[in-house]
Amino acid sequence: MIKINLFYYLIGIVLVIVGSITLVDKKNSKRFTSGIFWLLYGLLFLVGDLIPSYVVGIAVLIMGLLAGFGKVIGVKHREFSYNDRLVRAKQIGAKLFIPALTIPVFVIIGTLVFKNLSIDGKQLIDPKGLTIICVALGCVLATIFACIITREKPQQSMHEMRRLIDTLGWAIVLPQMLAMLGIIFSACGVDKALAHVINDYFNMNWQILAIGLYIFGMAIFTIIMGNAFVAFPIMMGAVGIPSLILHFGFNPALIAAIGMLSGYCGTLMTPMAANFNIIPAALLELKDRNLVIKVQTPSAIMILCANFLFLVIMSYIK
Amino acid sequence: MNEIISLWPLLGIVIITLGFILRINPMLSIILSAIVTTLAAKMLPLQTLSVIGDGFLKTRNLSILVLLPLAMVGLIERHGMREKAQMIISNFTSMTVSKLLVLYLFLRQVTASFGLNSLGGHPQMVRPILAPMADKLVSEKYHSGEESRDKIKALAAATDNIGLFFGEDIFVAFGAVALMATFLQDNHIKVEMLNIALWGIPTAIFALLIHGFMICYWERQIAKTTPCQGATND
Repeated sequence: MIKINLFYYLIGIVLVIVGSITLVDKKNSKRFTSGIFWLLYGLLFLVGDLIPSYVVGIAVLIMGLLAGFGKVIGVKHREFSYNDRLVRAKQIGAKLFIPALTIPVFVIIGTLVFKNLSIDGKQLIDPKGLTIICVALGCVLATIFACIITREKPQQSMHEMRRLIDTLGWAIVLPQMLAMLGIIFSACGVDKALAHVINDYFNMNWQILAIGLYIFGMAIFTIIMGNAFVAFPIMMGAVGIPSLILHFGFNPALIAAIGMLSGYCGTLMTPMAANFNIIPAALLELKDRNLVIKVQTPSAIMILCANFLFLVIMSYIK
Repeated sequence: MNEIISLWPLLGIVIITLGFILRINPMLSIILSAIVTTLAAKMLPLQTLSVIGDGFLKTRNLSILVLLPLAMVGLIERHGMREKAQMIISNFTSMTVSKLLVLYLFLRQVTASFGLNSLGGHPQMVRPILAPMADKLVSEKYHSGEESRDKIKALAAATDNIGLFFGEDIFVAFGAVALMATFLQDNHIKVEMLNIALWGIPTAIFALLIHGFMICYWERQIAKTTPCQGATND
């Protein structure tokens, strides 16, 4: 059975290679600390499940401190000139799109085909991680297609990977770091404490206040925790169910959907949701790491207000 | 509720918030917040390390989605993917950046609502294709400076996010819909998953109208801030 772990090993190997090259790269003025950072990151993918979790914790702390004190930097990589790339683009033409489209096409076909595909009574692909495994397989396939179409050797794909990893830098690790913090918040009862504060200080018998608290609370909670899935159960439990559904008699499906989507508005406004907000800024090499959030925030606030008004209107026609 | 709830873990939130406001390196404020939160919850140092380690390992999926497409993206970029995308968009003479992004927003929402989430995405779609197209359209029309070009690239990323977020929830088999239904059922409230999915449609329409309007607004802003208004050559 193909499990997601297979791709953890693949990523681990790539990162260890990147780390080793970085360690001996004389062009990099901080090659030692940068190399250690990528090596540790790669090793956590390779052997993270085998070592005690406190050792993983120590490694994570070291990575965090190295990145936090600016000890992880990349180097400038040689690329084709703009004119060379124009020539190549004309030569290869629209075929260049094939690798990029391989991933979604493979995911669509893969999730349908592999869902029930089994050999000797065993499922070929772990059903728990079906989509992400299909994405990962699609990426591997897309890389092979890219090598064929551009007539590059497979080694070149490793060079390109290192170039882009250097471009992104330690920001690659941010989504995981923040998700880890979210897990810690939940484990330490931060969510319960917040729900307690909300229950204590607000009077939920006034319908418009309850609606506002639910909608905007969902967004604020998501901004703090970085994930609407964490905010949802808290606000639903604190305001949604006791007040809006049971006391005021709203349709539960409506309350649930609007609540979650209000949480998503929060996701658009928080650096805590690094994979949606900070990583793209790094990928697009924007000077201001928060520019994606800045551009999204007006839209997010207006959508949030629209949700609020919608529920207020629905309270008259329910 | 009779149980006594400790409010001390909220210190972690204070730290992370201050970190963002004071623009401290996020890695440092995350680590400090993690340690303070666990201390406030009366964890022992070894426990703290274990929780940090476990949390990091559990979330490796997130990095897979960013890292694995990079080999392919790097290769096609090296051979002119971004330039090809720009050549294609230049062929549509009546195309503006607003039209391009509103169309992308709409398509992203519709495809996500059918469960086709992976049709977009920052590493494989925005960086090599969408952002270069948008960039080309504004820099050709307005001869914009780097600041405006950055803004339009950020807008391309924002459009991908908003299209995804306010489309995927309409898909019945989406994880979030199951999460909502399960939570309500655990609390003895009967609800159909299909109903939750359908109630995602109003907000999806708000998002399309609002962000569509904002896309046009941002293009107007860029047109205003550009000194030559695209009237001069070079």
